[in-house]
Amino acid sequence: MPSRAPRRSKPGGARRRRRPPLLGRLADLRLPRLALRLPRWGGLGLVRSWTRLHAQTLVGSLGRLARQPLGTAMTIAVIGIALALPVSLYLLVDNLQGVSGHWEEGIEVSLYLEPGQPLAQARSMADEIAGWEEVGATGLVSAEAALEEFRAGSGLGDALGALEHNPLPHLVTVRPAPGHDSPEAIEALAERLRALPEADLVQADADWVRRLFAMLEIARRLAAMAALLLAVGVLVIVGNTIRLDIQNRRQEIEVMKLVGGTDGFIRRPLLYGGTWYGLGGALAALLIVQAGLWALADPVARLAGLYGSGFRPAGLGLAGALFLLGAGTALGWLGAWVSATRHLRRVEPGL
Amino acid sequence: MIRFEQVFKRYPGGRDALRDLSLRIAEGEMVFLTGHSGAGKSTLLKLIACIERPTRGQVLIGGRNTAGISRRQVPAHRRRIGMVFQDHKLLADRTVFDNVGLPLVIAGVGTRETGRRVRAALDQVGLLGKEGLPPVMLSQGEQQRVGIARAIAARPPLLIADEPTGNLDPDLSLEIMYLFARLNRVGTTVLVASHDLPLLERMGHRRIALGDGRLIEDLDHAFPGAPPQ
Repeated sequence: MPSRAPRRSKPGGARRRRRPPLLGRLADLRLPRLALRLPRWGGLGLVRSWTRLHAQTLVGSLGRLARQPLGTAMTIAVIGIALALPVSLYLLVDNLQGVSGHWEEGIEVSLYLEPGQPLAQARSMADEIAGWEEVGATGLVSAEAALEEFRAGSGLGDALGALEHNPLPHLVTVRPAPGHDSPEAIEALAERLRALPEADLVQADADWVRRLFAMLEIARRLAAMAALLLAVGVLVIVGNTIRLDIQNRRQEIEVMKLVGGTDGFIRRPLLYGGTWYGLGGALAALLIVQAGLWALADPVARLAGLYGSGFRPAGLGLAGALFLLGAGTALGWLGAWVSATRHLRRVEPGL
Repeated sequence: MIRFEQVFKRYPGGRDALRDLSLRIAEGEMVFLTGHSGAGKSTLLKLIACIERPTRGQVLIGGRNTAGISRRQVPAHRRRIGMVFQDHKLLADRTVFDNVGLPLVIAGVGTRETGRRVRAALDQVGLLGKEGLPPVMLSQGEQQRVGIARAIAARPPLLIADEPTGNLDPDLSLEIMYLFARLNRVGTTVLVASHDLPLLERMGHRRIALGDGRLIEDLDHAFPGAPPQ
Protein backbone atom coordinates (compact mmCIF):
# COMPACT_ATOMS: atom_id res chain seq x y z
CA MET A 1 0.00 0.00 0.00
CA PRO A 2 2.57 2.63 0.93
CA SER A 3 4.46 1.91 -2.29
CA ARG A 4 1.40 2.48 -4.44
CA ALA A 5 0.36 5.73 -2.96
CA PRO A 6 3.20 7.87 -4.29
CA ARG A 7 2.97 6.19 -7.69
CA ARG A 8 -0.65 7.18 -7.95
CA SER A 9 -0.07 10.72 -6.92
CA LYS A 10 2.75 11.36 -9.35
CA PRO A 11 0.94 10.83 -12.65
CA GLY A 12 -2.02 12.66 -11.19
CA GLY A 13 0.18 15.62 -10.48
CA ALA A 14 1.68 15.48 -13.95
CA ARG A 15 -1.72 15.30 -15.55
CA ARG A 16 -2.85 18.24 -13.53
CA ARG A 17 0.05 20.30 -14.72
CA ARG A 18 -0.79 19.49 -18.32
CA ARG A 19 -4.38 20.66 -17.98
CA PRO A 20 -5.33 24.15 -19.10
CA PRO A 21 -5.13 26.41 -16.04
CA LEU A 22 -8.85 27.11 -15.72
CA LEU A 23 -9.89 23.44 -15.90
CA GLY A 24 -7.15 22.51 -13.46
CA ARG A 25 -8.31 25.11 -11.02
CA LEU A 26 -11.88 23.94 -11.38
CA ALA A 27 -10.86 20.35 -10.69
CA ASP A 28 -9.02 21.40 -7.55
CA LEU A 29 -11.96 23.41 -6.30
CA ARG A 30 -13.34 21.72 -3.20
CA LEU A 31 -16.17 24.11 -2.56
CA PRO A 32 -18.87 22.49 -4.70
CA ARG A 33 -18.67 19.28 -2.73
CA LEU A 34 -18.99 21.19 0.53
CA ALA A 35 -21.89 23.19 -0.82
CA LEU A 36 -23.60 19.99 -1.88
CA ARG A 37 -23.27 18.58 1.57
CA LEU A 38 -24.66 21.66 3.31
CA PRO A 39 -28.24 21.42 2.08
CA ARG A 40 -28.31 17.72 2.85
CA TRP A 41 -27.59 18.17 6.53
CA GLY A 42 -27.55 21.74 7.76
CA GLY A 43 -30.12 22.83 5.23
CA LEU A 44 -32.60 20.12 6.06
CA GLY A 45 -32.20 20.81 9.76
CA LEU A 46 -32.71 24.50 9.15
CA VAL A 47 -35.83 23.88 7.10
CA ARG A 48 -37.13 21.56 9.78
CA SER A 49 -36.49 24.00 12.61
CA TRP A 50 -37.94 26.82 10.49
CA THR A 51 -41.09 24.83 9.81
CA ARG A 52 -41.35 23.87 13.45
CA LEU A 53 -40.95 27.46 14.61
CA HIS A 54 -43.63 28.61 12.19
CA ALA A 55 -46.03 25.84 13.12
CA GLN A 56 -45.55 26.60 16.81
CA THR A 57 -46.10 30.30 16.25
CA LEU A 58 -49.11 29.68 14.03
CA VAL A 59 -50.90 27.65 16.68
CA GLY A 60 -49.57 29.79 19.52
CA SER A 61 -50.85 33.05 18.01
CA LEU A 62 -54.25 31.47 17.39
CA GLY A 63 -54.35 30.31 20.99
CA ARG A 64 -53.50 33.79 22.20
CA LEU A 65 -56.37 35.28 20.20
CA ALA A 66 -58.71 32.63 21.56
CA ARG A 67 -57.73 33.58 25.10
CA GLN A 68 -59.18 37.07 24.57
CA PRO A 69 -62.39 36.15 22.77
CA LEU A 70 -64.16 39.48 23.26
CA GLY A 71 -61.36 41.73 22.02
CA THR A 72 -60.60 39.41 19.15
CA ALA A 73 -64.26 39.20 18.13
CA MET A 74 -64.58 42.98 18.20
CA THR A 75 -61.51 43.52 16.05
CA ILE A 76 -62.67 40.88 13.60
CA ALA A 77 -66.16 42.39 13.49
CA VAL A 78 -64.78 45.85 12.70
CA ILE A 79 -62.55 44.45 9.96
CA GLY A 80 -65.49 42.41 8.68
CA ILE A 81 -67.74 45.44 8.41
CA ALA A 82 -64.99 47.48 6.77
CA LEU A 83 -64.47 44.76 4.18
CA ALA A 84 -68.18 44.06 3.72
CA LEU A 85 -68.93 47.64 2.64
CA PRO A 86 -66.91 47.75 -0.58
CA VAL A 87 -67.82 44.15 -1.34
CA SER A 88 -71.53 45.00 -1.07
CA LEU A 89 -71.09 48.02 -3.31
CA TYR A 90 -69.26 45.89 -5.82
CA LEU A 91 -72.01 43.29 -5.73
CA LEU A 92 -74.64 46.01 -6.21
CA VAL A 93 -72.88 47.31 -9.32
CA ASP A 94 -72.27 43.83 -10.59
CA ASN A 95 -75.90 42.85 -10.18
CA LEU A 96 -77.23 46.06 -11.71
CA GLN A 97 -75.04 45.40 -14.68
CA GLY A 98 -76.44 41.91 -14.83
CA VAL A 99 -79.95 43.36 -14.71
CA SER A 100 -79.23 45.83 -17.48
CA GLY A 101 -77.82 42.91 -19.40
CA HIS A 102 -81.08 41.06 -18.94
CA TRP A 103 -82.97 44.09 -20.11
CA GLU A 104 -81.32 43.92 -23.45
CA GLU A 105 -84.54 42.11 -24.40
CA GLY A 106 -86.33 45.29 -23.46
CA ILE A 107 -84.12 47.44 -25.64
CA GLU A 108 -85.97 47.78 -28.88
CA VAL A 109 -85.84 50.22 -31.71
CA SER A 110 -89.29 51.13 -32.93
CA LEU A 111 -89.64 51.84 -36.64
CA TYR A 112 -92.92 53.52 -37.58
CA LEU A 113 -93.57 53.27 -41.27
CA GLU A 114 -95.18 55.95 -43.39
CA PRO A 115 -98.95 55.59 -42.97
CA GLY A 116 -100.97 54.02 -45.70
CA GLN A 117 -98.52 51.34 -46.77
CA PRO A 118 -99.88 47.87 -47.43
CA LEU A 119 -99.35 45.27 -44.74
CA ALA A 120 -97.51 42.94 -47.11
CA GLN A 121 -94.82 45.51 -47.71
CA ALA A 122 -94.41 46.09 -44.00
CA ARG A 123 -94.04 42.35 -43.50
CA SER A 124 -91.37 42.03 -46.17
CA MET A 125 -89.53 44.98 -44.68
CA ALA A 126 -89.54 43.36 -41.26
CA ASP A 127 -88.11 40.19 -42.80
CA GLU A 128 -85.44 42.14 -44.62
CA ILE A 129 -84.35 44.02 -41.53
CA ALA A 130 -84.26 40.77 -39.57
CA GLY A 131 -81.52 39.65 -41.93
CA TRP A 132 -79.19 42.49 -40.96
CA GLU A 133 -76.08 41.52 -39.08
CA GLU A 134 -76.70 43.76 -36.07
CA VAL A 135 -80.33 42.75 -35.70
CA GLY A 136 -81.42 39.85 -33.55
CA ALA A 137 -85.10 39.70 -34.36
CA THR A 138 -87.89 41.86 -35.65
CA GLY A 139 -91.55 41.98 -34.87
CA LEU A 140 -94.46 43.53 -36.68
CA VAL A 141 -97.40 45.31 -35.13
CA SER A 142 -99.84 45.99 -37.92
CA ALA A 143 -101.87 49.15 -37.94
CA GLU A 144 -105.04 47.11 -37.40
CA ALA A 145 -103.61 45.27 -34.42
CA ALA A 146 -102.41 48.55 -32.96
CA LEU A 147 -105.83 50.07 -33.35
CA GLU A 148 -107.45 47.06 -31.70
CA GLU A 149 -105.10 47.30 -28.82
CA PHE A 150 -105.58 51.02 -28.46
CA ARG A 151 -109.31 50.61 -28.58
CA ALA A 152 -109.21 47.99 -25.83
CA GLY A 153 -106.71 49.77 -23.66
CA SER A 154 -107.73 53.41 -23.91
CA GLY A 155 -111.48 53.19 -23.35
CA LEU A 156 -112.01 55.42 -26.37
CA GLY A 157 -113.59 52.60 -28.37
CA ASP A 158 -116.68 54.51 -29.46
CA ALA A 159 -114.83 57.62 -30.42
CA LEU A 160 -112.42 55.59 -32.51
CA GLY A 161 -115.32 53.94 -34.28
CA ALA A 162 -116.11 57.32 -35.73
CA LEU A 163 -112.82 57.39 -37.61
CA GLU A 164 -113.10 56.79 -41.31
CA HIS A 165 -109.78 55.11 -41.69
CA ASN A 166 -107.05 53.85 -39.44
CA PRO A 167 -104.67 56.71 -38.58
CA LEU A 168 -102.06 54.41 -37.07
CA PRO A 169 -98.98 53.26 -38.98
CA HIS A 170 -97.49 49.82 -39.09
CA LEU A 171 -94.78 49.33 -36.50
CA VAL A 172 -91.69 47.20 -36.95
CA THR A 173 -89.93 46.47 -33.67
CA VAL A 174 -86.23 45.79 -34.08
CA ARG A 175 -84.29 44.01 -31.37
CA PRO A 176 -80.52 44.34 -31.61
CA ALA A 177 -78.41 41.22 -31.83
CA PRO A 178 -76.44 40.23 -28.73
CA GLY A 179 -73.18 42.16 -28.80
CA HIS A 180 -74.83 45.05 -30.63
CA ASP A 181 -76.69 46.40 -27.63
CA SER A 182 -74.28 49.08 -26.46
CA PRO A 183 -75.72 52.60 -26.60
CA GLU A 184 -73.51 53.47 -29.56
CA ALA A 185 -74.49 50.38 -31.53
CA ILE A 186 -78.18 51.07 -30.92
CA GLU A 187 -77.77 54.64 -32.07
CA ALA A 188 -76.06 53.42 -35.23
CA LEU A 189 -78.85 50.93 -35.86
CA ALA A 190 -81.47 53.66 -35.41
CA GLU A 191 -79.57 55.81 -37.91
CA ARG A 192 -79.57 53.03 -40.46
CA LEU A 193 -83.30 52.50 -40.00
CA ARG A 194 -83.97 56.23 -40.37
CA ALA A 195 -82.27 56.11 -43.75
CA LEU A 196 -84.91 53.71 -45.09
CA PRO A 197 -87.33 55.50 -47.48
CA GLU A 198 -90.38 53.89 -45.85
CA ALA A 199 -89.37 55.04 -42.41
CA ASP A 200 -91.45 57.75 -40.80
CA LEU A 201 -90.25 57.80 -37.23
CA VAL A 202 -87.51 55.82 -35.51
CA GLN A 203 -87.47 55.67 -31.74
CA ALA A 204 -84.41 54.28 -30.04
CA ASP A 205 -84.58 53.83 -26.28
CA ALA A 206 -80.84 54.14 -25.99
CA ASP A 207 -80.93 57.14 -23.69
CA TRP A 208 -81.98 55.35 -20.57
CA VAL A 209 -79.42 52.64 -21.25
CA ARG A 210 -76.76 55.31 -21.59
CA ARG A 211 -77.86 56.94 -18.36
CA LEU A 212 -77.86 53.64 -16.55
CA PHE A 213 -74.39 52.86 -17.82
CA ALA A 214 -73.15 56.24 -16.66
CA MET A 215 -74.65 55.73 -13.23
CA LEU A 216 -73.14 52.29 -13.02
CA GLU A 217 -69.78 53.76 -13.90
CA ILE A 218 -70.10 56.22 -11.02
CA ALA A 219 -71.14 53.45 -8.66
CA ARG A 220 -68.19 51.38 -9.80
CA ARG A 221 -65.83 54.27 -9.09
CA LEU A 222 -67.42 54.72 -5.71
CA ALA A 223 -66.95 51.05 -4.95
CA ALA A 224 -63.29 51.26 -5.92
CA MET A 225 -62.78 54.36 -3.79
CA ALA A 226 -64.54 52.77 -0.85
CA ALA A 227 -62.45 49.64 -1.28
CA LEU A 228 -59.25 51.67 -1.24
CA LEU A 229 -60.25 53.76 1.77
CA LEU A 230 -61.51 50.81 3.74
CA ALA A 231 -58.42 48.77 2.89
CA VAL A 232 -56.39 51.55 4.48
CA GLY A 233 -58.89 51.41 7.34
CA VAL A 234 -58.24 47.70 7.80
CA LEU A 235 -54.50 48.36 7.81
CA VAL A 236 -54.97 50.96 10.53
CA ILE A 237 -57.27 48.74 12.58
CA VAL A 238 -54.88 45.80 12.46
CA GLY A 239 -51.88 48.05 13.00
CA ASN A 240 -53.44 49.63 16.06
CA THR A 241 -54.46 46.28 17.49
CA ILE A 242 -50.92 45.01 17.05
CA ARG A 243 -49.55 48.19 18.64
CA LEU A 244 -51.73 47.61 21.69
CA ASP A 245 -50.65 44.00 21.69
CA ILE A 246 -47.02 45.10 21.76
CA GLN A 247 -47.77 47.47 24.63
CA ASN A 248 -49.51 44.75 26.61
CA ARG A 249 -46.72 42.30 26.03
CA ARG A 250 -43.91 44.73 26.48
CA GLN A 251 -42.38 42.74 29.30
CA GLU A 252 -42.48 39.51 27.33
CA ILE A 253 -40.88 41.20 24.34
CA GLU A 254 -38.16 42.64 26.55
CA VAL A 255 -37.39 39.21 27.95
CA MET A 256 -37.25 37.76 24.47
CA LYS A 257 -34.83 40.45 23.40
CA LEU A 258 -32.70 39.81 26.49
CA VAL A 259 -32.37 36.10 25.84
CA GLY A 260 -31.35 36.74 22.25
CA GLY A 261 -34.59 36.72 20.27
CA THR A 262 -34.14 38.32 16.87
CA ASP A 263 -36.57 40.96 15.64
CA GLY A 264 -37.90 38.40 13.22
CA PHE A 265 -38.56 35.90 15.97
CA ILE A 266 -40.39 38.45 18.11
CA ARG A 267 -42.32 39.82 15.16
CA ARG A 268 -43.47 36.44 13.91
CA PRO A 269 -46.31 35.84 16.39
CA LEU A 270 -47.51 39.39 15.80
CA LEU A 271 -47.55 38.83 12.05
CA TYR A 272 -49.50 35.64 12.51
CA GLY A 273 -51.87 37.48 14.82
CA GLY A 274 -52.46 40.13 12.15
CA THR A 275 -52.94 37.45 9.52
CA TRP A 276 -55.56 35.74 11.67
CA TYR A 277 -57.33 39.07 12.20
CA GLY A 278 -57.37 39.66 8.45
CA LEU A 279 -58.59 36.17 7.63
CA GLY A 280 -61.21 36.30 10.39
CA GLY A 281 -62.34 39.74 9.20
CA ALA A 282 -62.66 38.50 5.62
CA LEU A 283 -64.73 35.54 6.81
CA ALA A 284 -66.93 37.91 8.79
CA ALA A 285 -67.32 40.11 5.71
CA LEU A 286 -68.29 37.06 3.69
CA LEU A 287 -70.91 36.17 6.28
CA ILE A 288 -72.26 39.73 6.36
CA VAL A 289 -72.53 39.89 2.57
CA GLN A 290 -74.11 36.45 2.39
CA ALA A 291 -76.61 37.38 5.08
CA GLY A 292 -77.42 40.58 3.21
CA LEU A 293 -78.01 38.68 -0.01
CA TRP A 294 -80.16 36.21 1.81
CA ALA A 295 -82.24 38.96 3.38
CA LEU A 296 -82.66 40.70 0.02
CA ALA A 297 -83.41 37.58 -2.01
CA ASP A 298 -87.17 37.56 -1.41
CA PRO A 299 -87.97 41.23 -2.06
CA VAL A 300 -85.74 41.26 -5.12
CA ALA A 301 -87.43 38.16 -6.48
CA ARG A 302 -90.82 39.82 -5.92
CA LEU A 303 -89.74 42.97 -7.73
CA ALA A 304 -88.26 40.97 -10.58
CA GLY A 305 -91.50 39.00 -10.73
CA LEU A 306 -93.40 42.27 -11.20
CA TYR A 307 -91.25 42.93 -14.24
CA GLY A 308 -91.82 39.39 -15.39
CA SER A 309 -88.19 38.51 -14.90
CA GLY A 310 -86.65 35.56 -13.11
CA PHE A 311 -83.71 37.64 -11.97
CA ARG A 312 -81.90 36.51 -8.81
CA PRO A 313 -79.08 38.59 -7.21
CA ALA A 314 -75.71 36.94 -7.74
CA GLY A 315 -73.32 36.33 -4.83
CA LEU A 316 -69.55 36.57 -4.87
CA GLY A 317 -69.00 33.10 -6.23
CA LEU A 318 -66.06 30.90 -5.31
CA ALA A 319 -63.41 33.02 -7.04
CA GLY A 320 -64.76 36.21 -5.47
CA ALA A 321 -64.92 34.66 -2.03
CA LEU A 322 -61.37 33.36 -2.33
CA PHE A 323 -60.20 36.77 -3.49
CA LEU A 324 -61.89 38.41 -0.50
CA LEU A 325 -60.26 35.95 1.90
CA GLY A 326 -56.88 36.43 0.26
CA ALA A 327 -57.15 40.21 0.28
CA GLY A 328 -58.24 40.25 3.93
CA THR A 329 -55.39 37.98 4.95
CA ALA A 330 -52.85 40.05 3.03
CA LEU A 331 -54.14 43.28 4.56
CA GLY A 332 -53.96 41.80 8.05
CA TRP A 333 -50.40 40.63 7.51
CA LEU A 334 -49.32 43.94 6.03
CA GLY A 335 -50.91 45.98 8.82
CA ALA A 336 -49.22 43.82 11.43
CA TRP A 337 -45.89 44.03 9.63
CA VAL A 338 -45.91 47.80 9.41
CA SER A 339 -46.97 48.20 13.02
CA ALA A 340 -44.62 45.57 14.42
CA THR A 341 -41.63 46.88 12.51
CA ARG A 342 -42.34 50.40 13.69
CA HIS A 343 -43.10 49.69 17.32
CA LEU A 344 -40.83 46.78 18.16
CA ARG A 345 -37.79 48.94 17.68
CA ARG A 346 -38.92 51.14 20.52
CA VAL A 347 -39.05 48.30 23.01
CA GLU A 348 -35.56 48.15 24.40
CA PRO A 349 -34.85 45.98 27.39
CA GLY A 350 -33.25 47.12 30.63
CA LEU A 351 -31.77 45.06 33.41
CA MET B 1 -13.35 36.57 28.32
CA ILE B 2 -14.31 40.10 29.31
CA ARG B 3 -12.08 43.06 28.70
CA PHE B 4 -12.87 46.71 29.41
CA GLU B 5 -10.40 49.24 28.04
CA GLN B 6 -10.76 52.77 29.42
CA VAL B 7 -14.48 52.66 29.18
CA PHE B 8 -16.59 55.74 29.75
CA LYS B 9 -20.33 55.68 29.79
CA ARG B 10 -22.38 58.84 29.94
CA TYR B 11 -26.15 58.57 29.81
CA PRO B 12 -28.25 61.14 28.02
CA GLY B 13 -28.74 63.85 30.61
CA GLY B 14 -25.09 63.95 31.50
CA ARG B 15 -24.82 61.35 34.23
CA ASP B 16 -21.49 59.55 34.12
CA ALA B 17 -22.07 55.90 34.97
CA LEU B 18 -18.59 54.63 34.21
CA ARG B 19 -15.37 56.62 34.10
CA ASP B 20 -12.18 55.28 32.69
CA LEU B 21 -12.89 51.71 33.64
CA SER B 22 -10.40 49.03 32.64
CA LEU B 23 -10.62 45.45 33.75
CA ARG B 24 -10.12 41.91 32.55
CA ILE B 25 -11.92 38.76 33.49
CA ALA B 26 -10.39 35.53 32.25
CA GLU B 27 -12.27 32.56 30.91
CA GLY B 28 -13.50 30.25 33.65
CA GLU B 29 -13.25 32.90 36.37
CA MET B 30 -15.90 33.67 38.92
CA VAL B 31 -16.03 37.33 39.81
CA PHE B 32 -18.24 39.41 42.05
CA LEU B 33 -18.99 42.98 41.21
CA THR B 34 -19.69 45.15 44.23
CA GLY B 35 -20.47 48.74 45.03
CA HIS B 36 -23.37 50.77 46.31
CA SER B 37 -26.28 51.41 44.04
CA GLY B 38 -25.44 53.87 41.31
CA ALA B 39 -21.81 52.80 41.30
CA GLY B 40 -22.10 51.48 37.77
CA LYS B 41 -22.57 47.76 38.31
CA SER B 42 -25.67 47.50 36.15
CA THR B 43 -24.15 49.70 33.49
CA LEU B 44 -21.15 47.43 33.31
CA LEU B 45 -23.38 44.40 32.81
CA LYS B 46 -25.45 46.26 30.23
CA LEU B 47 -22.33 47.04 28.24
CA ILE B 48 -21.45 43.35 28.24
CA ALA B 49 -24.88 42.38 26.89
CA CYS B 50 -24.94 45.27 24.39
CA ILE B 51 -28.00 46.73 26.08
CA GLU B 52 -25.98 49.92 26.29
CA ARG B 53 -22.96 51.00 24.27
CA PRO B 54 -19.86 52.64 25.74
CA THR B 55 -19.50 56.38 25.15
CA ARG B 56 -15.76 55.93 24.89
CA GLY B 57 -13.33 53.06 25.21
CA GLN B 58 -13.72 49.47 24.22
CA VAL B 59 -15.56 46.47 25.55
CA LEU B 60 -14.36 43.11 24.31
CA ILE B 61 -16.32 39.94 24.98
CA GLY B 62 -14.69 36.66 24.07
CA GLY B 63 -12.13 38.60 22.07
CA ARG B 64 -14.74 40.46 20.06
CA ASN B 65 -15.12 44.20 20.25
CA THR B 66 -18.75 45.03 20.98
CA ALA B 67 -18.41 48.17 18.89
CA GLY B 68 -18.37 45.86 15.87
CA ILE B 69 -21.65 44.22 16.78
CA SER B 70 -24.45 45.73 14.73
CA ARG B 71 -28.07 45.96 15.78
CA ARG B 72 -28.85 42.84 13.81
CA GLN B 73 -26.03 40.90 15.42
CA VAL B 74 -27.00 41.75 18.99
CA PRO B 75 -29.41 38.81 19.39
CA ALA B 76 -26.72 36.31 18.41
CA HIS B 77 -24.34 38.03 20.82
CA ARG B 78 -26.84 37.76 23.68
CA ARG B 79 -27.40 34.08 22.99
CA ARG B 80 -23.81 33.49 24.03
CA ILE B 81 -24.46 35.17 27.38
CA GLY B 82 -26.69 33.80 30.11
CA MET B 83 -28.38 36.60 32.03
CA VAL B 84 -29.94 36.44 35.48
CA PHE B 85 -31.99 39.36 36.78
CA GLN B 86 -32.96 40.59 40.19
CA ASP B 87 -36.65 40.30 39.33
CA HIS B 88 -35.92 37.12 37.35
CA LYS B 89 -38.05 38.35 34.41
CA LEU B 90 -40.01 35.16 33.96
CA LEU B 91 -43.04 35.08 31.68
CA ALA B 92 -46.04 34.68 33.96
CA ASP B 93 -48.31 33.13 31.34
CA ARG B 94 -45.97 30.28 30.51
CA THR B 95 -44.92 27.21 32.41
CA VAL B 96 -41.52 26.79 34.01
CA PHE B 97 -40.63 24.46 31.16
CA ASP B 98 -41.52 27.04 28.49
CA ASN B 99 -39.65 29.77 30.35
CA VAL B 100 -36.47 27.74 30.59
CA GLY B 101 -36.84 26.51 27.00
CA LEU B 102 -37.32 30.01 25.55
CA PRO B 103 -33.65 30.59 24.63
CA LEU B 104 -33.55 27.15 23.02
CA VAL B 105 -36.69 27.79 20.99
CA ILE B 106 -35.18 31.09 19.87
CA ALA B 107 -31.99 29.30 18.88
CA GLY B 108 -34.05 26.83 16.85
CA VAL B 109 -33.15 23.75 18.89
CA GLY B 110 -35.29 20.69 18.15
CA THR B 111 -38.21 19.73 20.39
CA ARG B 112 -36.61 16.62 21.83
CA GLU B 113 -33.26 18.29 22.36
CA THR B 114 -35.02 21.26 23.99
CA GLY B 115 -36.81 18.94 26.40
CA ARG B 116 -33.56 17.22 27.27
CA ARG B 117 -31.68 20.45 27.90
CA VAL B 118 -34.51 22.08 29.84
CA ARG B 119 -34.68 19.09 32.14
CA ALA B 120 -30.90 19.09 32.51
CA ALA B 121 -30.96 22.79 33.43
CA LEU B 122 -33.83 22.32 35.88
CA ASP B 123 -32.01 19.37 37.37
CA GLN B 124 -28.96 21.57 37.96
CA VAL B 125 -31.02 24.09 39.90
CA GLY B 126 -32.96 21.37 41.72
CA LEU B 127 -36.40 22.05 40.24
CA LEU B 128 -36.88 19.02 38.06
CA GLY B 129 -40.37 18.22 39.33
CA LYS B 130 -41.84 21.67 38.73
CA GLU B 131 -41.56 22.09 34.98
CA GLY B 132 -45.31 22.07 34.41
CA LEU B 133 -46.14 24.83 36.89
CA PRO B 134 -46.53 28.52 36.16
CA PRO B 135 -43.78 30.60 37.81
CA VAL B 136 -46.20 32.32 40.21
CA MET B 137 -46.80 28.98 41.94
CA LEU B 138 -43.17 28.95 43.01
CA SER B 139 -41.42 30.70 45.89
CA GLN B 140 -39.11 33.66 45.27
CA GLY B 141 -36.03 31.49 45.60
CA GLU B 142 -37.45 28.90 43.26
CA GLN B 143 -38.37 31.56 40.71
CA GLN B 144 -34.83 32.87 40.80
CA ARG B 145 -33.57 29.34 40.23
CA VAL B 146 -35.88 29.06 37.21
CA GLY B 147 -34.30 32.28 35.96
CA ILE B 148 -30.87 30.73 36.39
CA ALA B 149 -32.00 27.55 34.64
CA ARG B 150 -33.16 29.68 31.71
CA ALA B 151 -29.79 31.44 31.64
CA ILE B 152 -27.86 28.18 31.49
CA ALA B 153 -30.23 26.14 29.31
CA ALA B 154 -28.42 27.06 26.11
CA ARG B 155 -25.07 26.45 27.85
CA PRO B 156 -23.55 29.87 27.28
CA PRO B 157 -19.86 30.27 28.10
CA LEU B 158 -20.58 33.45 30.09
CA LEU B 159 -23.14 33.99 32.81
CA ILE B 160 -23.88 37.45 34.18
CA ALA B 161 -26.23 38.17 37.05
CA ASP B 162 -27.52 41.51 38.32
CA GLU B 163 -28.33 41.38 42.05
CA PRO B 164 -29.65 37.83 41.78
CA THR B 165 -30.16 37.62 45.54
CA GLY B 166 -31.59 41.11 45.98
CA ASN B 167 -35.04 39.86 46.95
CA LEU B 168 -34.02 36.75 48.85
CA ASP B 169 -33.37 36.02 52.51
CA PRO B 170 -29.78 35.12 53.55
CA ASP B 171 -30.22 31.34 53.42
CA LEU B 172 -31.73 31.41 49.94
CA SER B 173 -29.08 33.90 48.84
CA LEU B 174 -26.33 31.59 49.91
CA GLU B 175 -27.99 28.73 48.12
CA ILE B 176 -28.14 30.76 44.89
CA MET B 177 -24.50 31.79 45.22
CA TYR B 178 -23.43 28.19 45.71
CA LEU B 179 -25.37 27.36 42.60
CA PHE B 180 -23.35 29.95 40.68
CA ALA B 181 -20.14 28.56 42.12
CA ARG B 182 -21.15 25.09 41.00
CA LEU B 183 -21.83 26.32 37.48
CA ASN B 184 -18.46 28.04 37.52
CA ARG B 185 -16.73 24.80 38.46
CA VAL B 186 -17.97 23.16 35.24
CA GLY B 187 -16.32 25.87 33.19
CA THR B 188 -18.75 28.77 32.89
CA THR B 189 -17.35 32.25 33.39
CA VAL B 190 -19.56 33.88 36.00
CA LEU B 191 -19.91 37.58 36.79
CA VAL B 192 -22.31 38.44 39.61
CA ALA B 193 -23.18 41.99 40.62
CA SER B 194 -24.22 42.22 44.25
CA HIS B 195 -24.00 44.63 47.13
CA ASP B 196 -24.35 41.93 49.79
CA LEU B 197 -20.78 42.16 51.10
CA PRO B 198 -21.07 39.70 54.02
CA LEU B 199 -22.40 37.09 51.65
CA LEU B 200 -19.63 37.69 49.14
CA GLU B 201 -17.00 37.44 51.83
CA ARG B 202 -18.29 34.01 52.72
CA MET B 203 -18.01 32.95 49.12
CA GLY B 204 -14.42 33.98 48.51
CA HIS B 205 -13.61 34.52 44.80
CA ARG B 206 -12.34 37.63 43.14
CA ARG B 207 -14.19 40.85 43.95
CA ILE B 208 -14.24 44.00 41.89
CA ALA B 209 -15.56 47.07 43.67
CA LEU B 210 -16.93 50.01 41.76
CA GLY B 211 -17.48 53.43 43.21
CA ASP B 212 -18.92 56.33 41.33
CA GLY B 213 -18.19 54.69 38.03
CA ARG B 214 -14.55 53.95 38.81
CA LEU B 215 -12.74 50.81 39.80
CA ILE B 216 -11.83 51.27 43.44
CA GLU B 217 -10.76 47.81 44.47
CA ASP B 218 -9.89 44.54 42.77
CA LEU B 219 -9.25 41.91 45.44
CA ASP B 220 -7.10 39.29 43.75
CA HIS B 221 -5.40 41.50 41.24
CA ALA B 222 -4.62 38.97 38.63
CA PHE B 223 -3.97 41.71 36.10
CA PRO B 224 -1.50 44.54 36.31
CA GLY B 225 -2.48 48.13 36.39
CA ALA B 226 -6.10 47.53 37.16
CA PRO B 227 -6.93 49.47 40.32
CA PRO B 228 -6.23 53.15 40.30
CA GLN B 229 -5.27 54.48 43.75
